[in-house]
Amino acid sequence: MYFPISHSHISPIYLVIIGFLIGVLGGFFGVGGSFIAGPALRAVGMDWNFAVGTDLAHIVGKSVVAAKRHRALGNVDLRLGLIMAIATIAGAEGGAQLIEMLKRRGNVNYVVSMVSIIIYVSISAFMIWESWKTLRTAKRRNAGGKSSAPHSKADESAFMHVTKAIHSWRVPPMIELPESGVTISLWLIFLVAFIGGLFSGFLGGGAGYIRMPSMVYVLGIPTHLAVGTDLFEIIISASYGTFTHAVKGNVDILIALVMNTGAAVGAQLGAISTQYFAGPKIRLAFVPLPLIGAAIVIYTLLTGHKL
Amino acid sequence: MANTRKTQVQRTLRAFAIELVIYAGLVIGYFFAVLHLLGGWLVQLETQHIRVYALVAIVLIIGQAVVLEAVTTGLMRLLRGGRSE
Repeated sequence: MYFPISHSHISPIYLVIIGFLIGVLGGFFGVGGSFIAGPALRAVGMDWNFAVGTDLAHIVGKSVVAAKRHRALGNVDLRLGLIMAIATIAGAEGGAQLIEMLKRRGNVNYVVSMVSIIIYVSISAFMIWESWKTLRTAKRRNAGGKSSAPHSKADESAFMHVTKAIHSWRVPPMIELPESGVTISLWLIFLVAFIGGLFSGFLGGGAGYIRMPSMVYVLGIPTHLAVGTDLFEIIISASYGTFTHAVKGNVDILIALVMNTGAAVGAQLGAISTQYFAGPKIRLAFVPLPLIGAAIVIYTLLTGHKL
Repeated sequence: MANTRKTQVQRTLRAFAIELVIYAGLVIGYFFAVLHLLGGWLVQLETQHIRVYALVAIVLIIGQAVVLEAVTTGLMRLLRGGRSE
């Protein structure tokens, strides 16, 4: 099929399948999935700028479907999502400025690659340690007769003592989030969202691989709610990104619309699947995602080909 | 207990397969009807009024997502006897 805006010839079936896969991942983990969509669009000959912009537009559509489903399941904290969206956009602008500064110094590729590898590997290593430890503790407790509901949304984490220590930082204004069951300093929410946005602007994509774990470990949001709220927040920040990219002529909306038909089914499937897994298991399953991101960056560094 | 669970999984998978076939039919119809009609207008908009194109792009992707979510939820309810998960 010919897509006249980006002058690309791409099979719509290929786009629907890619959309479906990203939809499942997004619905289940609350990530944008740009580490798959970008290389998948590049693989069929799409220009890099169009791949980035079109992917963002597709992320908006997929996130709407997944967030609506998560909302129906009671997994979206609207207040938290709206607050985070503002700081994410500010962070994304900051990240983009950082890139421009590094471009002027001439070492942008090396710095961005090294930072992203360190971040991706650290997140994976930390999450594998934490979720493994939490699951082991729960198993031991259940064996001792103190059983707790295995699929309960009331989350547990081996990192909870640190999260509680962070929560003792009570700088006003304090924000009450009844849906998430926490009361927390507004500045802490801003900080987490700003850092997520910074990485989004700096490394590209939605940076859900940083924001979702941060919401769980720093803000103390239960995993199911972190996934749903992150998706809601992505709708706003990715819409902003889509607009800025579209104005620069980097969005082929026809391709995004075709991808979204597959994503609509995948995102529902992913969102519904979260109901069957406890928080630590979702976090453990999340571990390969940042590692895939790191592998793509290492491949690019070694071969010089941008996936 | 295990048998009931197995039957439930089989029913869910069968419903999902039927849902995919119906959905694929709808999507193919959508490709031909909507994308062909919109294609020319969007290309023109992209070359002549880029800011309007950017706004239309967001409205289209969100609008389509809302409609598709309603369609898939409706299909799920229809095929799984009133429950969507």
